[in-house]
Order: sequence, then C-alpha cells, then structure tokens
Amino acid sequence: MVGKNCFAIASDRRLGVQLQTVATDFQRVFKIHDRLYIGLSGLATDAQTMYQKLVFRHKLYQLREERDMKPQTFASLVSALLYEKRFGPFFCQPVIAGLGDNDEPFICTMDCLGAKELAKDFVVSGTASESLYGACESMYKPDMEPEELFETISQALLSSVDRDCLSGWGGYVLLVTPTEVQEKMLKGRMD
Amino acid sequence: MECVFGLVGKGFAIVAADTSAVHSILVHKSNEDKVMVLDSHKLLGASGEPGDRVQFTEYIQKNVHLYQFRNGIPLTTAATANFTRGELATALRKNPYSVNILLAGYDKGVGPSMYYIDYIATMHKIEKGAFGYGSYFCLSMMDRLYHPDMSIEEAIELIDKCIIEIRTRLVVAPPNFVIKIVDQDGAREYAWRESIKSPDVSMA
Repeated sequence: MVGKNCFAIASDRRLGVQLQTVATDFQRVFKIHDRLYIGLSGLATDAQTMYQKLVFRHKLYQLREERDMKPQTFASLVSALLYEKRFGPFFCQPVIAGLGDNDEPFICTMDCLGAKELAKDFVVSGTASESLYGACESMYKPDMEPEELFETISQALLSSVDRDCLSGWGGYVLLVTPTEVQEKMLKGRMD
Repeated sequence: MECVFGLVGKGFAIVAADTSAVHSILVHKSNEDKVMVLDSHKLLGASGEPGDRVQFTEYIQKNVHLYQFRNGIPLTTAATANFTRGELATALRKNPYSVNILLAGYDKGVGPSMYYIDYIATMHKIEKGAFGYGSYFCLSMMDRLYHPDMSIEEAIELIDKCIIEIRTRLVVAPPNFVIKIVDQDGAREYAWRESIKSPDVSMA
C-alpha cells in the first residue's frame, strides 16, 4: 500500500500444506535492498527459489552497475524471470514495493507468468486476494502518513485473512519511509 | 503409514521415525532404520518412496562427508539444510524425489536446530515437526505439551506419548519406532520402541 512518500508491505505468517499448518512464523516478505522489498505468495518452494534467483541477479547488478536497482527495473526483471518459465511456471505471485527516485513509492504485482500490474494505491496477492481487494478498496485513502498507513494496512490484512482458512496465524508489516524501516508483528486470530 | 517426527530441546534435538518397510499390503521388515546419521553431529530423518529415500539420503550423506574431506571442517546444519533443499529443488522439475526430510543438528555456538524440508523443497526452521499420517496426531500432541528448552526426560516422555497416540489411533499403525538424539556429544541412537520383535535369522 502506498502512502505519502512511504509504503507498507504486509503478509500473513502461515506455512501450510493444504489443511495442515506446518509453521506460524514463515517469512514471505524479503529485502532486496534498503528501499526495495518483495513479497512472494503461492507455492513456498517456488517463493524460496525465486527469492534466491532474484538476490543473485541483484547482487550481480550491484557489482556491475555499482548501485542498487530501481524498483521499476526490478519489476521488469521479476517479470522476465517468470515468463522464461512460461510453459512450466513458478507458482508464485510476487508483490513488489520500493522507493524510487525522489522517494516516490512504487508498487506492483504480477501473476505467476509475469504479467505486471502497476497501481498507484495498493496491490494484493495470495489465496485471500479477493477479500484483500475489498478491504483495501474500502479502507484506503490517498496520501496517508506512515502511522495511519500502518493502521490501515494492518486492519485490511487481518480482516481479510480472517475470512480465508488458508491464510492467517498472525501478520507481519514492514513500513518503509525515506529515513527508516519499521517491522511489526501483528497479533490476529490464530486459527 | 510412514511417520517421522522430531523436536528441539535444551541443548539437543530428537528425531524419531517408524521402522516398517512396507510394499502395498506386505510388511517386508519392521526394523528399517529411517533416521540416518549424516555426520558426527547431524541426523536426517526421511520418509517417502523407499528407493528415493535411501538413494537421496545416501547422496546427501556422501556430499556432506566430501565437503568435510575437501575443506577440513564440517558443514553447519543450516548449510546442510540449504544444500539438501537445493538438490530437491533442482530435481523437482526434472525427476523429482518423493522424500520428506527432518534434518536435526547441533552446531557449536548455535546449539541444536531442526529443519523441515518437504518433498517439493519447502524449507523452514522449526522447533517441532512431523511428516506422514502420524503427523495429524503428533503435531497436536506437541502443540499441547511442547515448551521451549525441554529436558531430555521431558522430551522422551513427549515422544513416547506421540508414539502411543499413533499406535492407538492410526489404522495401519507401524509397530516399531527408532529414536535418535543429537547434542553436543554427537548424534547417536537413543532407543527403540518395539511392540513386534523381528525374529533373529539363524545363520545357515
């Protein structure tokens, strides 16, 4: 979700195999660099593999270009990597959020084949995506300050995952402003 | 069917597994060891397709030993877990292994740790975990009775409760289990829990 010169990215914490919950502390949001984060929903093994490939490519980019990747460039990289496997895809749906030039927040999401969807307000993915669209649409306001943005995204996440049996077991919110990064765990319904 | 489960206690980790080798309705043997000692301070409990299980776990064991011979120092548990996940992930879209793995190890300075790696290479560090039909019973028992930093006696009591639960409630319950432990003194067999003793084969 985008705020005023800041963004927040949130995920639930469940690792499950269909009906069985295996862990309640699974990390789904990963750091690429200080101002760029990616959340990967979908098949956990593909999310882990994609993350390792992306970190590898970004580190090479840093060595060659001697700077961090811009969010727009990174989104194109993710899209290209996913489309390479067009006929045997990685079953993960990324959500990319970063601060670009002039601290302009950038967010986008993709399907598992790399079809980019840019947005100015919020992007969602995962099993609870329909609920998330509804919750975010009703709770979102443009140009929110960081504290208000954190409240909004937390409420949207918790209320959506409570309606989805495969999501939940707590929440994790990362709030990024030009000066600092805040990580917070959310206490939700543990079921 | 096949059950592998384990937990991390205070300064140690335990992995227990059933010991039946089954082919459709026939039990080939009831003393098949499914928890492999990878090296001095690592245990690998595996369940799944029998051929894949033996093949893959031996492959991991040999590679862990190779690293030690080449570099003079053993791999850490985290590195071993990531290596195992990498092998499973690479094979996943070519010729996948159907093996679920619980990797437990003790590292100096870090202490005991346990990793859950399922057959599609999902890896996660856990304190307690289980695979197979037995997991439905074991995970609930452990959710209720496990707490961090358990002593060995408490942990074995919990493992025994899980085994009793599996024997009572699972329709094709495996009769025998092996329990192995890894702590700062190394990885070793702790006990067997047998309710059917295999007859000794007399030498011809």
